[in-house]
Amino acid sequence: MTLTAKDVAEIMRLLEESHFESLSLEINGVKLNLQRGSAARVPPAPESGSPTVASTPATRHPTPKSKPPSEPGLTDVSSPLLGVFYGAPKPGEPPFVQVGTKVNADTVVGIIEVMKLMNSVRAGVAGEVVEILGENGALVEYGEILLRVRPEAVK
Amino acid sequence: MSIRRILIANRGEIAVRVIRTCKALGIETVLAASEADLDSLPARLADRTLCIGPARPAESYLKTETVVQAALSAEADAIHPGYGFLSERAALARLCEEEGLNFIGPTSAQIKAVGDKLHARAEAAAGEVPVAPGGAAETLGEAMAVGRDIGVPLLIKAVGGGGGRGMKRVDRLEDLPHALELAAAEAGAAFGDARVYLERYVAHGRHVEVQVLGDGKGEVIHLGERDCSVQRRYQKLIEETPAPRLSESLRDRILEAGVRFAKRLQYRSAGTVEFLLDAERDAFYFLEMNARIQVEHAVTEAVTGIDLVAEQIAIAEGRGLRLSQDEVLFEGCAMECRINAEDPARDFQPGPGMVRTAVWPAGEGVRVDTHIVSGSYIPPFYDSLLAKIIAHGPDRPSALKRLRQAIASTRVEGLSTNLAFHAEVLADPEFERGGVETSFLARFLERRPLPLET
Repeated sequence: MTLTAKDVAEIMRLLEESHFESLSLEINGVKLNLQRGSAARVPPAPESGSPTVASTPATRHPTPKSKPPSEPGLTDVSSPLLGVFYGAPKPGEPPFVQVGTKVNADTVVGIIEVMKLMNSVRAGVAGEVVEILGENGALVEYGEILLRVRPEAVK
Repeated sequence: MSIRRILIANRGEIAVRVIRTCKALGIETVLAASEADLDSLPARLADRTLCIGPARPAESYLKTETVVQAALSAEADAIHPGYGFLSERAALARLCEEEGLNFIGPTSAQIKAVGDKLHARAEAAAGEVPVAPGGAAETLGEAMAVGRDIGVPLLIKAVGGGGGRGMKRVDRLEDLPHALELAAAEAGAAFGDARVYLERYVAHGRHVEVQVLGDGKGEVIHLGERDCSVQRRYQKLIEETPAPRLSESLRDRILEAGVRFAKRLQYRSAGTVEFLLDAERDAFYFLEMNARIQVEHAVTEAVTGIDLVAEQIAIAEGRGLRLSQDEVLFEGCAMECRINAEDPARDFQPGPGMVRTAVWPAGEGVRVDTHIVSGSYIPPFYDSLLAKIIAHGPDRPSALKRLRQAIASTRVEGLSTNLAFHAEVLADPEFERGGVETSFLARFLERRPLPLET
């Protein structure tokens, strides 16, 4: 018996649904080590009958995917809609911005595609790009942080 | 065409309801939620939640392209639209058809056919399903001719409306021209379609609707009828099945008419054919068809033991109808109260806020469909439905008794609700007798002494 890609996918799904953080499996000399990612953990559902108090909306955002900023004082540039993020105008072309790029409020920093409709995203702030979080070609949710900018000091 | 992952394009109790069946069937769920609902119970229950936009429905729940993009990106096989929002927009069903997504509901053509109320009326008439006397009112001349023909009082209805929205009553024929102008302007603004039509106003009407399931190939069965006559301004408040004090022959005729209408359309999925029952004339008229799961579907589930959402999914998977008409068995009576965040003392004004405490009833034959737990926040952007409390019993008196007890043992604190009002209606002798007309609640409110406190 060997493990197929489909088997692995099935095992991953089982792990996702379980309460375990990691799984080690050995079948006929094939070792499989799976670890649940720390991202996007769904909080457990409240047990029926025992009232729970929902956390306040303010603590909910930013989205679970965002990591803490690398330095204080950075401004988040968030996705204005749900869609597929593109960091470059076309595949193979240089990205709109890179770490270190100077932007102003009108600088296009990426594209969000919604059903083949391309929506450009503008920085909305002047400064220098410090972090890029949006992954090219990946789904971003409304409000998800795409990049972080060190704002220009007001003169 | 087995469905493994469903994107739920809805919120509130119906999102929780759909997730429950998906979990039972081993289907993964992706909830498309607005920013205001990221902490809601359905968001916690779903396998994954995607934020599709800000709180306002126009920027989130009503964005067809965004919902479909979310489903495609999340690799969902199907979309369940729930009720309201995009559920009866042909555009969503059509986009799903184009993108190879399974829309859990009727075809876009069927949604379009019943969404145009004048078209639906013509379909009914062509299928020998009775319609109230009336007709199109595209010109004033045409309207006056129809008005003279059917007499007053009459109703002006919006072709793009439905659910009682955009209706106007006219009591004198000379008022028709002005009312027509007003109704057309309102319909244009509300539904993007200024066309209106006229129908005879039935003074002693009861709202009786037929739950149907169709396989999309011409097979249609019914799951009995529901009586939803307890309404306030055309908004249903209490629903029950079977319809009380209805002769078996009339019931059979209504059920048969509902099935006939759905068959004509080769209807696919769960749907409801609504009728106005003219209690004085022992007649009934086609009102409209709702091409979606309905709020009050739970009473039907209680008496038939059939999970309507599971049947919707099975039909979407191409498995057809899993029951023949003879296999649908009806047991006892079920009744439902819609618990809303609204203040009966202030003309039922909806009030958002924080639910401090929510204690829902339990017990034999009692079911609660809700998304509210203690600490839930009711955003001001959506409808005010907090929960549906459903009671089932071997007969109407026992179902009513259980519902009264269930309402009495429910506690929702922190905001105004219509719980106490429901208790009053359930205690009313006329309601207890059964078979009230749609005018019942308005009369009940008039004769009811003003409450001292809420």
